[in-house]
Amino acid sequence: MEKKILLSARGLSKDFPVSGKRRLHALSRVDLDIYEGETLALVGESGCGKSTLGRTLIRLIPATEGSISFEGQDISSMSEKEFRPLRGKMQIIFQDPYASLNPRMTVRDIIAEPLETYHVCADARETTQRVRELMKAAGLSEEYLYRYPHQFSGGQRQRIGIARAIALKPKLIICDEPVSALDVSVQNQILNLLKDLQKEFGLTYLFISHDLSVVRFLSDRTCVMFLGKLCEVGNTAELYEKPLHPYTRFLLGAIPGIDPRARGEKRPLLKGELPSPIHPPSGCRFHTRCPYATERCRTEEPLLRDVGGRQVACHRCEEI
Amino acid sequence: MRDDQEEILTMQMDSPEDVLAEADTLKDQLKRMARQNKLAVISAVVILLFVLGAIFAPVLTPYEFDQQDVINRLAPPSAEHLLGTDELGRDVLTRLLYGSRISLLVGVVPTVISMLAGAVLGICAGYIGGKTDTVIMRLADIMLAFPSMLLAMVIMYTLGDGLINIFLALALVSWASVARIVRSETLKLKESVFVEAAKSMGVSRLKIMCRHIFPNCLPSLIVLFTLNIPSAILSESSLSFLGIGIKYPQASWGLMVNLGRQFLYTKPWLSLAPSIAIMLVVLAFNFLGDGLRDVLDPHLKDQ
Amino acid sequence: MDEAITLSVRDLSNSFFSEKGEVKAVDHVSFDVPHGSIVGLVGESGCGKSMTARSIMKLLKYPGKIVGGEILLEGRDLVPLSEADMSLIRGEEIAMIFQEPMTSLNPVVPVGKQVQEAILQHRKISREEAKKKVLHMLEIVGISEPEKRYRCYPHELSGGLRQRVMIAMAMICRPKLLIADEPTTALDVTVEAQILELLRELRDTIGTSIILISHNLGVIAQLCDYVYVMYAGQVVEQAPVLELFDHPSHPYTRGLMDSVRSLRRGDERLSTIPGVVPNLLRLPQGCRFAPRCPMAGEDCRRCPPELSRLSGEHLARCPYARR
Repeated sequence: MEKKILLSARGLSKDFPVSGKRRLHALSRVDLDIYEGETLALVGESGCGKSTLGRTLIRLIPATEGSISFEGQDISSMSEKEFRPLRGKMQIIFQDPYASLNPRMTVRDIIAEPLETYHVCADARETTQRVRELMKAAGLSEEYLYRYPHQFSGGQRQRIGIARAIALKPKLIICDEPVSALDVSVQNQILNLLKDLQKEFGLTYLFISHDLSVVRFLSDRTCVMFLGKLCEVGNTAELYEKPLHPYTRFLLGAIPGIDPRARGEKRPLLKGELPSPIHPPSGCRFHTRCPYATERCRTEEPLLRDVGGRQVACHRCEEI
Repeated sequence: MRDDQEEILTMQMDSPEDVLAEADTLKDQLKRMARQNKLAVISAVVILLFVLGAIFAPVLTPYEFDQQDVINRLAPPSAEHLLGTDELGRDVLTRLLYGSRISLLVGVVPTVISMLAGAVLGICAGYIGGKTDTVIMRLADIMLAFPSMLLAMVIMYTLGDGLINIFLALALVSWASVARIVRSETLKLKESVFVEAAKSMGVSRLKIMCRHIFPNCLPSLIVLFTLNIPSAILSESSLSFLGIGIKYPQASWGLMVNLGRQFLYTKPWLSLAPSIAIMLVVLAFNFLGDGLRDVLDPHLKDQ
Repeated sequence: MDEAITLSVRDLSNSFFSEKGEVKAVDHVSFDVPHGSIVGLVGESGCGKSMTARSIMKLLKYPGKIVGGEILLEGRDLVPLSEADMSLIRGEEIAMIFQEPMTSLNPVVPVGKQVQEAILQHRKISREEAKKKVLHMLEIVGISEPEKRYRCYPHELSGGLRQRVMIAMAMICRPKLLIADEPTTALDVTVEAQILELLRELRDTIGTSIILISHNLGVIAQLCDYVYVMYAGQVVEQAPVLELFDHPSHPYTRGLMDSVRSLRRGDERLSTIPGVVPNLLRLPQGCRFAPRCPMAGEDCRRCPPELSRLSGEHLARCPYARR
């Protein structure tokens, strides 16, 4: 079955100016396809550019270079006015449920805002009715319609954020670490909800997370990022079963398991510090921390290539 | 429908810290201030009394504000004239009450104008940025570089006397500091996630400024409002004292202090009564402003 | 027997006094930290674990207050001590590291200087000698090129390095007890693994006892010898780590364990604990977990259960706890 590409990025780069004339390279020539109806996970450690990538893809921040197409249309070259009708098809759920809701607006007004912006409903009554439906879909009781965000727990606030994100019936939702600020048991409630909503509304997710166990549950495909570049993209189950890129192995190996008996096992530990994104290392960006690095890795940049149905950016992934 | 829907049955806080968190509604915060800060409550009552006195002046005194009693010139306080009379035999208490109309108006009107102008300009400068920001803020810098009293005097000399002109002069000298504070607040809010969320939904710039930035600047504005009123009252008093504000036969506290000056040693009540009124009102607004600042806007404390 | 215990907390209760009433953040919590052991306090936000840690340091922020109980550091009760006496103990005998290593460091002082100040506070030694000790400690906590890092400002270091500096600062006087309050929550997984390894090494080489506070059962399983599970201000279950993970008995502990997501299999649906943590101002009358508990009966809602012994050192606050 041929899957349809919903969003695709080619050669996407993003620089941020920092003090002096230096530039921080948050993204370097990233190619990425998101298929319709799938959940693509984007994992990596802080500072690897995963949030920047998510925001750049939906034009929340402009790309420095590269092109993005959504449903076949090139959105990166559109003017703000041309892009506006498409904006509602791409929404985002934020990490911090405390900061992402305006403290001086009621739940009703927060969820109604996108509806009012796009004049979805004829009048205020219809809008309120629609808000009620959205709250119900996100698992919020209607009686909270006129409460303020500070009266809710973190999990409930995240539900408000989710209701707002699905208000415009988007195709694509960028989930930017939507559960990392929540307690574990509440995290699972939200993850289940996201899975339900995906089925109900046929959503496509780009799920950004540093937590690999979250990704395992939700995603169909996973891509691993390191310092502004993709190092491995593939089917989630296969990638977890047999990580090919050395960085993916370290990432998976670092997660503390809940079996206290396994603590004697030596876990592979990454040595050293994350290189600076202002002066990224030459060749493979991971070579300064990679135990398998050779001369070739230091000089020649590995490109993403097909390895057993997966894409891996490593010169030596077959040998090691 | 979903197995985890029971979660929503109860409204809860996350942690004990949350129970004590500052993030209450405006009403809750005012209630808290009323409980904790008695001085602020007393101040509010004092202000209210002055406002009532100004409104009901004709009821409270049997005299007209310019009614002269030539026989009783410069009379000391008595049962007939509680605060005595001035050199034209006018009742000082009456003039004080009528004067409070002018003084309070002069406190409130220019402050409202300068708050509105400062808020609009500050939000525009902070949110739009670029050239808009540069133009507005350089203008504000220029305004702040002048001694405000001197500037107000120059404006009054150019425009001439009169209440409206005082309003304009005082508003003109005080919008800049408001704009600065609002701008810095806006810069902070501009980076907040909920503004980013609004942008991600395609909300227009104007709407973001009105619905997201402005309401979150309100606490600071309320505080600034109460703190700017006394300085406007003082400025008017100074201008009137210098003879370029309110003109005879109108009564204003500053004017009354000025007229009483020549009798300062022999008939002290003439200057003392309006001076004390000025002091009371100014102090009351300051205390109220401090109280509001403590509950609404803790980080303004250091400014 | 008592000599083998570094810290013994007995019936500790903390309250916040707010306008809305008394908030019992910690309610009659007791636990022991044996010499050279790592004791874990685990629970969700608002369960009182951080509040317990802060009261051991007597760093409770206003309006929080210790309202009862004893905190015995090698037999000496810390509760009645004055602030001056406490400051002699803090850093010297008990040290603490926090979740956010950025805000715990002074941004305008080089990190080496800050560690040095920590030791000069308690030891009468020369600056040169102190610096030597600092460099040595920086090396122990795994900071490469300590001479160079000594002069760095906090913003020049990564999160992992800052946490290492914090640990160096805490360990410089070789305290008897280290309290680590969510030390790895703000860090990436690969860095988390390094820091956990470091804590274990410190315990093994220096012999410091550690109280590890975390919401992450994985972290607890990796490091702790003895675990206390807290819920709504109370200890609901306590056991040696193997016993706890082999036989979780309290329904809350079991719920937490089930909530841990597997890396190996893709679950169709994740297990959750329904509901949310109760508001401490309006605690349920009986068992505090009853409103969320799948096994709660009428009696659970009526009378609060006591901690009862299941076996050996395994205690749980539930009459239906599985043995």
